[in-house]
Amino acid sequence: MSFTLIGKHEKDSRNNRDGYVTAMLDLMEKDSKVMHVDCDLENCINTGKLAKAFPEQTVNAGIAEANAMGVAAGLAATGRTVFMHSFGCFASRRAFDQAFMSAAYAKLPVHVIGSDPGVCAAYNGGTHMPFEDCALYMSVPEAVVIDPVDFAQINCLTKKLAASGKFSYMRMIRKGFTTVYGDGSDFEIGKGVTLKEGKDVAIIASGIMVDEALKAQEQLAAEGISAKVIDMFTWKPLDEQLILDSAAECGAIVTAENHQVKVGLGSAVANVVIKNNPVPMEMVGVEDRFGQVGAESFLREEYGLTAAHIVEAAKKAIARKNG
Amino acid sequence: MQKAEKMQELRVFAQEIRVETLKTVGSLGFGHVPGAMSVIDALAVLYGEVMKVDPKNPHWEDRDWCVLSKGHAGPAMYATLGLKGFYPVEDAYTLNQPHTNFPSHTDRTKTPGVDLTTGSLGQGMSTATGAALGNKLDGRDSHVFVFVGDGECDEGQVWEAAQFAAHYKLDNLVCFVDDNKYQLDGAVDKVMSHGKGIGAKFAAFGWNVIELQDGNDVEQIYDAVQLAYDTKGVPTCIVLNTVKGLGATFAEGTGAHSSQPTKEQWDEAIAAAEKKLAEIKAQ
Repeated sequence: MSFTLIGKHEKDSRNNRDGYVTAMLDLMEKDSKVMHVDCDLENCINTGKLAKAFPEQTVNAGIAEANAMGVAAGLAATGRTVFMHSFGCFASRRAFDQAFMSAAYAKLPVHVIGSDPGVCAAYNGGTHMPFEDCALYMSVPEAVVIDPVDFAQINCLTKKLAASGKFSYMRMIRKGFTTVYGDGSDFEIGKGVTLKEGKDVAIIASGIMVDEALKAQEQLAAEGISAKVIDMFTWKPLDEQLILDSAAECGAIVTAENHQVKVGLGSAVANVVIKNNPVPMEMVGVEDRFGQVGAESFLREEYGLTAAHIVEAAKKAIARKNG
Repeated sequence: MQKAEKMQELRVFAQEIRVETLKTVGSLGFGHVPGAMSVIDALAVLYGEVMKVDPKNPHWEDRDWCVLSKGHAGPAMYATLGLKGFYPVEDAYTLNQPHTNFPSHTDRTKTPGVDLTTGSLGQGMSTATGAALGNKLDGRDSHVFVFVGDGECDEGQVWEAAQFAAHYKLDNLVCFVDDNKYQLDGAVDKVMSHGKGIGAKFAAFGWNVIELQDGNDVEQIYDAVQLAYDTKGVPTCIVLNTVKGLGATFAEGTGAHSSQPTKEQWDEAIAAAEKKLAEIKAQ
């Protein structure tokens, strides 16, 4: 049996995971205290390369996520910067108490990587499809939570996380993905990226929804609607100033995320807006549903994660503003 | 120093820890006394004789580590570290008061000398294992000691860590099982029994296992640690056959998880422990 994944236009010839691996090779070479702990998924994110190049800095903990998280915390206590990877569902739900207490509460800089966020779990299905991983980690005090989109962004942010000294959770799309940023792009944790200026509505997106937001902006422009597009990869700390500036400029906001909206980016943005400058908001994302199996293209339609859904939401928000 | 003298010193130290543990929890009036009392003799051996630590430099890189995975035994650790000089022992009498550095369960960010944060059972076993791996990778001659309770061994994470530690040949890791026979809801054999025994389980995971007849006897504990030090290529588990609440008159023999005795009972327990201390010193 073989599956055919539906391709995206302008897809990167490289896999996103290699953005992580490339950054880690660099980090590990410069600092022998940088480590990667995996849970029998080295072959899924290509960290076998790390194990080969830096065997003493790479640990395979087997299929035991709770222990892997604790081992990562213990290694961090010996002065190390430790990245820990599993699929997003297991890296969050399965090892959450360990992440919370052994690492975050204990102020140990473990960086959790959850691969295959949301619909990216595709053929692994609902059991493996985390629409709640960021929600869990956003609930951890002082945690950094980021949802990057492509090779260049993951590459940069891996290094930024290592330097941060803070407990963090990063979602990672594993495979080849639409390129949004050129190599060498630089990002700052806590600062969203304005990709397009606009005045009628601000679209605030992250991860796989950034490219959809850019497509939506083009479709809206063709209809004479001016949309601002923001890549809010940094869910926590959230760029509140950029959100408030956008609310003031555009008077309407649409959020777009590959996650449950009621406990995700949409609700986080709403928290900021409602307290300071309530403007009409619409949220594109998953509405209190479990994941399911299928091609990513099917899942995007099923859960409303497309440019068309963003366009519709934008028009609705603008109508409410003018209403 | 002759071994007999050394053991006598450790017996005195253990009883001093008992007195201070009672005073620490007694300052609040209630707490996890029973499970703290059962590990005290092993703590006395570690901090009185075995471990390399520097009370003036708790983060000394070449130190030995001690992790109380059964974090609710915190007051015993606080008494031990205080007597050892990490801080004035009376500081621990702020146990569980607002903004204290001595919370119910051990916390690395608060108490000098506490190496890792514990409280959610099973987790200290993994973090201790990670620390042992880190020290080994650094080429340090440091040991990591971890205490797990017999009830705590219900947690699957204990066995995930046991498997990991054996696989990575962490012979610098020593796990003490505080086999005091009781967990919160009652006797371990009634609540959740351990099949062929906790020691047999560790052995099945490839550990060197030493079962002590009396886990409250400092000499047996000391000798077992020497055997652990001599064992290369595998981690060592020392099963301490202990008495829950040992040396606390209101708790010993009850099997209780926590205690809230009356003021009179506290006074009686502290007086009895101090009397015992004088007796041991006179030996």
